[in-house]
Amino acid sequence: MDDRRLETIIGRLLQAGVLLAAAVVTIGAVAYLAQHHADRVDYRNFVPGGPGICTFPAIVRSAAHFESLGIIQFGLLLLIATPVARVALAIAGFALERDRLYTVVSVVVLLILLASLLHAT
Amino acid sequence: MTAIEFTVVVWALSALAGFLGALTGLGGGVVVVPALTLALGVDMKYAIGASLVSVIATSSGAAAAYVREGFSNIRIGMFLEIATTIGAVLGAFLASRFSTHALAIVFGLILFQAAYLSFKGVPENAERVASDALATRLRLGGSYPVAGSPQTYGVRNVPAGFAMMFGAGALSGLLGIGSGAVKVIAMDRVMRIPFKVSTTTSNFMIGVTAAASAGLYLKHGYIDPRVAMPVMLGVLAGALVGAKLLVHMRVKTLRMVFGAVILTLAIEMIVNGITGKV
Repeated sequence: MDDRRLETIIGRLLQAGVLLAAAVVTIGAVAYLAQHHADRVDYRNFVPGGPGICTFPAIVRSAAHFESLGIIQFGLLLLIATPVARVALAIAGFALERDRLYTVVSVVVLLILLASLLHAT
Repeated sequence: MTAIEFTVVVWALSALAGFLGALTGLGGGVVVVPALTLALGVDMKYAIGASLVSVIATSSGAAAAYVREGFSNIRIGMFLEIATTIGAVLGAFLASRFSTHALAIVFGLILFQAAYLSFKGVPENAERVASDALATRLRLGGSYPVAGSPQTYGVRNVPAGFAMMFGAGALSGLLGIGSGAVKVIAMDRVMRIPFKVSTTTSNFMIGVTAAASAGLYLKHGYIDPRVAMPVMLGVLAGALVGAKLLVHMRVKTLRMVFGAVILTLAIEMIVNGITGKV
């Protein structure tokens, strides 16, 4: 497997991930607007924590209960996962090419991403 | 404003921003954030949270198209992502310490730079060079298609490029933008990587950089689903249409108009930041 083939596969997977995320967000959007279309909304002042769906467990729980905002957040999580998956796939690709230097470089990037995502939520 | 009105208006604004961002190569974030804050009075923190999500969508969504062209260099991208992701974490941390007014002023300054680039175009470096010692050790050089046949290129000034990428990452985390223009300048001007390779590799890097700040953005509540939903869907739709049209359009006039719009937004952001209205 060469770099080009590897990148093509990764590119396709990323695109599929984005379309899946957009589909999930759209489902959540339809559900949200069906229930709340006439609600008054105001985002002038930032409220820390917002609607409270800010951690992985809370998002998964909310989406599992088919709550519209939880479904949207779950779709956004899928989207955030696409670049992370891209780095993970690159590790596999470089390892298959027996390219030790870039396997290590990719592992470092993945660790930074995972550390920030897991630490933050 | 009712929820349905807000959703429709934000979707339309975001689609326009994504469309213009794809045509000019400056990305949707630089327009979406001021549009939300200035036109709709949305708090900066919700605006940058929604923008960050849309940045990931356009980066990952366009990846397949860019790879097909055979320009992007995954080694350069991955190596420099060490710098952009660490910078992004720092930027996202700083965003929670900055007041909304300070964020607006910094954003305005970045818009000035974007307006300048829009008027002038990102300067292209046509002269090819051989790799220096560090770039050779890192095997950063590569080849890309020129008129159908592969041409090799070298890479220089890795430490300076790496440092600039750290700055690009910090800006991305602080303001919820892709900071693709800074990345392209670092690769094309500083590291002497061909322009086409720089722009496509930058697109690949933007999503990974943004993902590094996404955790902190989520935790602090910047990513509100009711704001991020229309922004993400709108920017993605606009960017996909823009990328399709790109090859068929003369973008010079458009770039001038876009530059004027961004310049106006820059002044408004800074004035509103100073007077405390944003």
